[in-house]
Amino acid sequence: MLEFKGVSFQYDVDDFPMMTDLSFKVEDGEFVSIIGASGCGKSTLFRLINGLEKPQKGEIYYNGQPIESQKNYSSFMPQKDLLLPWRTIEKNVCLPMEIMRVPKDEQKKACREALEQVGLIDYINKYPKDLSGGMKQRVAFARTLLAGADMLLLDEPFSALDYLTRVDMQEWLLSQWQNSGKTIIFITHDVEEAVFLSKRIFVIQDRPFSSMESVDVPMDYPRNRADLKRPEVADLKEMLISKLRKKGAR
Amino acid sequence: MKNKLNLPSLILTFVLLMIWELAALGINAAYILPTPIQVIKRLWELRVPLFTVHLPATMGVTLIGLGISIVLGVLLAIVMDMFPKAEKALYPIIIASQTIPTTAIAPLFILWFGYSIWSKVLVTILMTFFPITITVFDGFKATKREMEEMIMTYGASKKDIFLTLKLPTALPNFFSAIKMSIPLSVIGAAIAEWLGAQSGLGYFSKRMMTQLDGAGVFAPIVLLSAVAMLAVAVINILENRIIKWRKEI
Repeated sequence: MLEFKGVSFQYDVDDFPMMTDLSFKVEDGEFVSIIGASGCGKSTLFRLINGLEKPQKGEIYYNGQPIESQKNYSSFMPQKDLLLPWRTIEKNVCLPMEIMRVPKDEQKKACREALEQVGLIDYINKYPKDLSGGMKQRVAFARTLLAGADMLLLDEPFSALDYLTRVDMQEWLLSQWQNSGKTIIFITHDVEEAVFLSKRIFVIQDRPFSSMESVDVPMDYPRNRADLKRPEVADLKEMLISKLRKKGAR
Repeated sequence: MKNKLNLPSLILTFVLLMIWELAALGINAAYILPTPIQVIKRLWELRVPLFTVHLPATMGVTLIGLGISIVLGVLLAIVMDMFPKAEKALYPIIIASQTIPTTAIAPLFILWFGYSIWSKVLVTILMTFFPITITVFDGFKATKREMEEMIMTYGASKKDIFLTLKLPTALPNFFSAIKMSIPLSVIGAAIAEWLGAQSGLGYFSKRMMTQLDGAGVFAPIVLLSAVAMLAVAVINILENRIIKWRKEI
C-alpha cells in the first residue's frame, strides 16, 4: 500500500508550491489513474514516489515503511519508451536486472518470459529501430515489469501512439494487470483512457493542490469498450471533463 | 552506403589535376611547380627511402602522439564530466592551449627534447588532444537526462550510469574525434619534422626543398595525405560496423 502523509513539495525554480499537505492512499493491486491538466503536478507525484525528488514536508510510505529506507519498490515507465538504441530488445529488457546484479542466466530466462508475455519473443535479437511505436511501448512495459517491483508507475505511456494502437494497448494493459496482480498508478490527460482502465480516478484540479478528489469508476473487470457507452459511465466522463475544464477556465 | 564511388568528386579531382598538369607544363619550371605526373614518377623513384625509412618514422610519431592524445583526451573528458569543478577549472585551460601557435612553439620543444621522437610527439599531442577532449566531453553531455533518471529509478550508481549510458552515447563522438584528429596528427608530425628531425616525411620534404627538387617536395606530401585518407577510411569502416544506431539519437 502506498500512502502520502501531509506531503508538501515545491521545485526550486518555481514561485508556487506544487502541492501542500497532500495525503492519499493507494491499495495493493489497485489500478488508479491520475488526471489533470498539463503542468498540474501529475508527473511530480511520480518523481516523489520513485525518489527522484524529496518532499519538503511530510512522508511517503510504502507498505508502512518510509520510502527512503526501501529500494526497488516501484518501477517507472516514462512517456517515451526510452529504449537504448544500441541495445537489442533482449538487452533493453534486461537493463534493470543488469543494474540490480541479477545473475545472467536468470536475466535471460526472465527476459524470455516477459517478451513471451508481451508477444514479442520473435524480436528478441532485433534493435529498437526495427519495431513500431506500439511494439516499443510493449518492450518498455516488459522492462518495467522486470524491474521487479509490485507497484508500476506509468506516465502517459500511450500518449505518443496513434488512436487505434492506443486502444489496443489499453486492452492489452488491462489483461497484463489482471494477470500480474500488481498495483498500477497511471497518469494520463485522456479522460476516456482513465475511465476505461481504472478502478479509481484521482482528479487534480488546483495548483497548488492539497487533496485529490477520488472518483470510483462504476464498471467491473474484465471490461469491454462497449461499457463506455453506458449512461452512468458516459455521465462520469462528462463530469470529469467539466471538472478539468473548470480548472482551465479560471 | 558510402562505399559507392563518388563520381562527381572523382571527375572534379581529375579536372583539377589536368589543370595543374597543364599549368605546370606552361610554367615549365619543375623546381617551382612540378606536374602531377612528375610527382608520381618521383614518388616511385624514391620509394625505397620513403617507404622504408621516412614513412615508418612519421607513422611512429603520429601513432604515439595520437595514442597518447586519445588516452589523455578521453580521461580528461571523463574527469570533466564527473566533476563539474574540474570542468570549470580545465575548460579554459584547454581552450587556451589551442590558441598557442604550434609552429611557433615547436622549436622550443626541439630545444627541450632535441631531435628525439618526443619533441615531435609533443607537437602532435598539442594539435590533437583538444578536439578529442572536447568532442568526447560533448558526447557525454549529450546523454539524455530522462534516460539517466530512468535507470536511477532502477538503483543505478554513478558507475552504472557511466557504463550503460554515457559511454555508448559518446561512442559516435569518439569516432568523430578520431577522424578529426588523424589528419591533424599527420600535419603535426610533419610540421615538427620540418622544423627539426633526422628522418620522417616532413624532414624528407624539406631536404628536397634545399635541393630544388620540386617533385621530391611533393612526393612525401602526397604519401602523407594518402596515408591519412586511408586511416580515416579504415576508421569509417570500423565505425559503421560498431555503430548501427547513429541516426536515432
